[in-house]
Parts: sequence; C-alpha cells; structure tokens
Amino acid sequence: MQPAQAPRRQSLLELRVEIPASIYIGSGVALIAALLFVWWLVTALGFVPPLFLPAPAAVVKELFNQISDGALWLDVKASVYRIMVGWVISTLLALPVGILMGNFKFFEGLFEPFIDLFRYMPAVAFVPLTILWMGVGDSQKFSILFIGTFFQQVLMIMDNVKNVQIDLIQISYTFGLSKWEVLRYVVLRAALPGIWDTFRITLGWAWTYLVVAELVAANVGLGYRIMRAQRFLQTDTIILGIIVIGVLGLITDYAFKFSYRLFFPWVEGKRG
Amino acid sequence: MSDPKLEAKNIWKIFTPRKGEQVVAIENLSLTVNENEFVSIVGPSGCGKSTFLAMAAGLDYASSGSLTLGGSQIQGPGIDRGMVFQSYTLFPWLNVTENIRFALKKRYLSDTEQNRLVQQHIELVGLQGFEKLFPAQLSGGMRQRVAIARALVYKPDMLLMDEPFGALDAQTRMQMQELLLTVWQQHRITVLFITHDIDEAILLSDRVYVMTARPGKINAEIQIDIPRPRTAEVELSPRFAELRRELFGVLRTKI
Ligand SMILES: Nc1ncnc2c1ncn2[C@@H]1O[C@H](COP(=O)(O)OP(=O)(O)OP(=O)(O)O)[C@@H](O)[C@H]1O
Ligand SMILES: [Mg+2]
Repeated sequence: MQPAQAPRRQSLLELRVEIPASIYIGSGVALIAALLFVWWLVTALGFVPPLFLPAPAAVVKELFNQISDGALWLDVKASVYRIMVGWVISTLLALPVGILMGNFKFFEGLFEPFIDLFRYMPAVAFVPLTILWMGVGDSQKFSILFIGTFFQQVLMIMDNVKNVQIDLIQISYTFGLSKWEVLRYVVLRAALPGIWDTFRITLGWAWTYLVVAELVAANVGLGYRIMRAQRFLQTDTIILGIIVIGVLGLITDYAFKFSYRLFFPWVEGKRG
Repeated sequence: MSDPKLEAKNIWKIFTPRKGEQVVAIENLSLTVNENEFVSIVGPSGCGKSTFLAMAAGLDYASSGSLTLGGSQIQGPGIDRGMVFQSYTLFPWLNVTENIRFALKKRYLSDTEQNRLVQQHIELVGLQGFEKLFPAQLSGGMRQRVAIARALVYKPDMLLMDEPFGALDAQTRMQMQELLLTVWQQHRITVLFITHDIDEAILLSDRVYVMTARPGKINAEIQIDIPRPRTAEVELSPRFAELRRELFGVLRTKI
C-alpha cells in the first residue's frame, strides 16, 4: 500500500483561502498590542513630551476619573442617543428613496442629480446653518449626523437593489408574480444582505461625524469632551475620547457583522 | 403532426442602444413548436437564441412579427410557460424545498397539495436527501435539477430552456441530458430547448432548427427520426452520426 500523500503545504498567503482562526484573530490582537507597546515605550523612555502624547497610564487614569465622576457615562449616553436618532432618521428616509431609485429609472432620474449635488457638500459647513435653523438642542446634532449619512446611504441602498440579478426577477415573472410581488418577495429579499452591510458601514460613518455634530453648542457628549479638552490642552482626555469612540464604533460594527451571519447564513461563498 | 403550440411568424428583433449602432439580433425568424413536441434551436454564440426565448417567455418583445401560444398573442410572462435559464436562477435564501415551492405561489393550492407536488418533483429530479440545503451548498448540476423541478412543479403547458446544461462539465451534462430525456418521456410536455451543442440537440429533440450568426435567422430545420424511448446509447448509432454530419454541414456553410 502506498502511504497517503501529505497535503501540499499551504502558505498563509493563498488567494481567498481560509486560515486557522487562531492566526486570524491572534494577528489582529497582536497588532493592537504591539501599537500599545510602542505607545508605552516612546512615552516611558521620554521620546515624546506628555503634552503631545501622554502615557497609556495617564489615559487609563483619566478613564477611571471619568468613570468615577460619572462624566463618561453621561457623554456616552448623550452621544449614542444622538447617533442612533440621527442614523435611524437617515435610514428611515434612505430606505424608501434608495429602493425606489434602484428599481425605477424614473426615481433614479428624479433624485440622483439632487443627491449628487449634496453628497459632496461637507457636513461641517452646515453647522452654522443648522444652528440658525434648529437652535442648539439635540435636533441640530441629529441634522448634522443626517447630512453626513443620508446622501451616501441612499446611493448605497440604490446599488444594493440594483445588484439583484436580473435573472432572478425574470424567473419570478414566469411564476406569474406581479411586479409588486416580485419587488416584495424577490428584489427586497435578495437585496437585504447588501442593505444590512450598508447599515453597518453608514453607522460607522455616523460615528465619524460625531465630533462635527458636537463641535459647537453642546455641553455633553464624547465629541464635546474632545473639543473642550483641546482648549485646555488635555491630551489624555482627547486620546481617551478618541479611543472610546473607536471602541463603541467597533462594537456596533461587530454587532452588525455578527447579526449578518445570523440572518443570512445562506449567502454565497459561506458553505455549511 | 398535432397542432402548433408555439408559432413565430416573421419575427424581427432590433436593439437600439442609446449609443452606437442598431443591432439586428433576429432577422425574419419563423418557426413552430407542436403540442408535446421537443424542439431545439442550435446556433453559434450571439445569434439571438436567448433573445428569442425571452420573447417566447414574454420577458421581451419582438420589434415586429407575430408570436402566438395556443393561438393567442404572447402578451407577457405567465404560468402557462416554465423557464430554465442559462445562468443559475435559484433564490439563494430559500432551500431546495422552498425554492421549488416558491413557483407554486400563484397556483393557490392547499398546503398538503403543495407539499405533495414539491416532494414528487424532488424525487423526479433525484434530489431526495438534499431538501434542506441552500443553493450555495449545491453543485451546478444539482442547482439545475432544482431549476428544472421548479419549472415543472406548477404544470406549465410549455417548457422553455435556455442552454440549461451549458455551464456543466461533460459528465454531469450527460447525466442531466439523460434525466431530462427520462422525465420528458414520462411526462410529455411541449419543450423549446436552446443549445449550441449539436449532440445534445439530436439526443433530446424531435426537431432541430439551425440558426446562423448575426443577424440570427433560421437556416435549416431537421427532423430527428431516431425512435423513442431514447437513452444516451443512441449517440453511438449510425443514424445519429448521419444527423450530426448533416447538422454540422448546415452550421458550417453559413458562418
Ligand atoms: N439589450 C441589448 N442591446 C443590444 N444588443 C443586444 C442586447 N441583448 C442582446 N443583444 C445582442 O443580440 C445578439 C443576440 O444575443 P443573445 O443573447 O440572444 O445570443 P445567444 O444566441 O443566446 O448567445 P449565447 O449562445 O452566447 O448565449 C448578440 O449579438 C447581443 O450582442
Ligand atoms: Mg444565450
């Protein structure tokens, strides 16, 4: 009997080939750990003055301060609330408009020039206008988050809908379905994973607009905390704020990725 | 022969792209498919086969000419015709059973009747044991089996097939041809079958139309007089070789 041939040794760098989970996750964690180490090293050896880059320990200390005096919790609550409301309003509007644009050329022709015009306008430039129109309350923050998110989101949802294979639509017609039934049972169903991914990406963008939204006329929020710390050169507070925003963004991102796998186990390319 | 089921008279199809020149995809095409007859169209790539089939399915319209099904003009798609596409067209979010069942939506049958029909057609195409798998977990051949079952389950009068086995490897393709042959010989139904494979056309059909390259038109019509029931064995018969030579001749002269 011939001995079984050993499988060809695979390198970690094969095109689109799965690698062991330990390496996949381990390498990502290791990179962040390495960055933290370098951060610690350059501050501990005094290469950089603490005013420019505080030591990790200073940031951790600031974290505990903010936890104990409750400021962190208040900021997180205010910011998460603003992002959620701003993003949900944007999404509730972008969904129908994007779906209409993706399905009907008429609506694409109607809305696309308008959206293209707006989507290159910087959201930060709308800050004075929104204050003028909305005052200094939360609705001004929502509107900045909305402006930052909506126009891109509509176009992405339109593309998600357009990416549905035309053959799937045609075959559905041969089963006797009306166009509204095809829209409901086939197009939207087929576009859903893509739309879910658009949700994930646009919610991520909403986080990046947080500082802009809380730039002025705020007295609580993670973005506000960063802007205020800038005035007093509290670099440790700034870095803490940035890291907290990053971590919260990461959490929402993973929540979407996880639910994607839960909701759409059938998506091509994921066997089993 | 019996009555014509599908009748195409002087069909023209001209595409007018927004930019560029007009494309005459189909030029003056006339053909008939009789009740319970298996008819194939062979022709080189780009000659307009899919375009014609889409018109028969009611998914596209002729620029001029008349296309009738059972004597009345084809107005649009409907459940009197079943279709199997060149590409895989299963709904990726539905498993095998649900994909087949989806086609029954507009038949308004009781649940038990639906289950019975779906199960019967799963067995017909030999997919027992794979009922709960999603399309992404199926091989190409299995996907086309589901597509065939799905096109038959709602009992259309006519089956339109656009190179259903074109994307399969030679061996799977042969299995699928035999499967279709058996299924069709058990349940006679009018079939219009598109292929560019001459052997496949001869093996399956009662009659074969040959189309020429752009602009697509019918160049010849050949009766396949090999007796039924057939199996893949007939490919070894002398009559098969003769017919193949004849078809080859026609296809070559006009390219
Ligand atoms: N929407 C369109 N606009 C312009 N030209 C088109 C359009 N659809 C098809 N054509 C042209 O019509 C011709 C016939 O196309 P069709 O898809 O029917 O070919 P086919 O015979 O099915 O080819 P294949 O065997 O490769 O599937 C091709 O030359 C194609 O370029
Ligand atoms: Mg084709």
